[in-house]
Amino acid sequence: MSNIKTRILIAKPGLDGHDRGAKFIARALRDAGFEVIYTGLRQTPEAIASAAIQEDVQWVGLSCLSGAHNSLFPKVVEILKQRKAEDIKVFGGGVIPSDDIPGLKEAGIKEIFTPGATSKSVIDYINSN
Amino acid sequence: MVQKILAGDIRSIARAITLAENEDYQAVELLRYLYPHTGRSYLVGITGPPGAGKSTLVDRMIAYYRKLGLKVAIIGIDPSSTFTGGALLGDRVRMQAHATDSGVFIRSMGSRGHLGGLAVATADSAKILDAAGYDIIIFETVGIGQSEIEVASQVDTTVLVTVPGLGDDIQVLKAGTMEIADIFVVNKADRDGVEKSVMAIEQLLSTWDMTEDDFIPPILKVTAKDNIGIGELAQAIEHHKKYLHDSGRFEIRRRNRAVTEVRTLILNQLDKWAHDKMTKDITTRDNIEEVYLKLIDPHTVAREALRELELETMWDKWGQGADGGG
Repeated sequence: MSNIKTRILIAKPGLDGHDRGAKFIARALRDAGFEVIYTGLRQTPEAIASAAIQEDVQWVGLSCLSGAHNSLFPKVVEILKQRKAEDIKVFGGGVIPSDDIPGLKEAGIKEIFTPGATSKSVIDYINSN
Repeated sequence: MVQKILAGDIRSIARAITLAENEDYQAVELLRYLYPHTGRSYLVGITGPPGAGKSTLVDRMIAYYRKLGLKVAIIGIDPSSTFTGGALLGDRVRMQAHATDSGVFIRSMGSRGHLGGLAVATADSAKILDAAGYDIIIFETVGIGQSEIEVASQVDTTVLVTVPGLGDDIQVLKAGTMEIADIFVVNKADRDGVEKSVMAIEQLLSTWDMTEDDFIPPILKVTAKDNIGIGELAQAIEHHKKYLHDSGRFEIRRRNRAVTEVRTLILNQLDKWAHDKMTKDITTRDNIEEVYLKLIDPHTVAREALRELELETMWDKWGQGADGGG
């Protein structure tokens, strides 16, 4: 009867207005037994980092379909580090060209899930990291 | 960590709430040190059926209290799935405008399906936020399961939010839920059916046995999304707070809260004991199988399982024999 849950924040930084994918992943993670905090659309990196810290999540999942991932994703990692919360792990998904993945990982994003990645792959990744 | 929480450090507050939610032993120690620093915050519960617009209402209330220079904390509680244990916590979505305001702390909680667990997690997080200096702590719950009852026992003022057009409003609200309300809000008051909703609540109130000393719950018409009625709600809460202090009910309620807390902690442990007994003790498990096969009755099995605790049970009082007969 363990009461300990893994908490995950799902956020959409920037101006991208399509959230069906993010909501889909959020629901899949809930069905896998996680506590998922969904912050909605058009979040600034500051707002995402603040939320992550208040909610004391282990993971932040960022979704971006508008191409702004290269600037926005690393910004979230940076702010978390500034606020001494670099132990919160960040992963991302959305429309992200595979060429951009190494750069993002170098900036501190732990994993990127490109379109076509199954919810199972996300769940398995979180469970094993 | 205690010093950091008293100084209002967000990370420490968040971590402490996690410990409390996880029923970590560190939380017990922490709370012991924080306890003397509590007692300043005012606790408000906001509850109602899904779709009533509670989160939007809370968002506007945050803005209102912030203008007065008050520090506000919100705990949004959503049900956890009893099957998967997971939860989708979406209250924050409507309040994210305040995400970077250092005077606002927003936390989402799953009900985690634990007997009385929600009341304990709620009470503990309230203490942490109280010690950290938040003036108002708002608990938002959906009227599903027992969460609103558990939370109502932990707060000073309970606000019940409903909307017009929920069919016959009052039938929709469960018995017991209505009685916990100190203030009624009919939200989305720009919709048709507002007067009908207000009348339905008035009718219900007229059936209550109230004396002159009792607080008569006001019924407020609010349109949260347009920021209409928020000031009136804050004033109604203030009015209720004054009533509680003037009538002495404030102290009575806080005393009752102490009783509820201790009782919940005791029941929590007993529930764990029972769960372990029924799943790990071979004799009890075998006996339960015999109940299923109709070879033995449940009372006898329960009585046997409880022997270990050496309590005087109802069966002892009735003087029944060990075989359950008589």
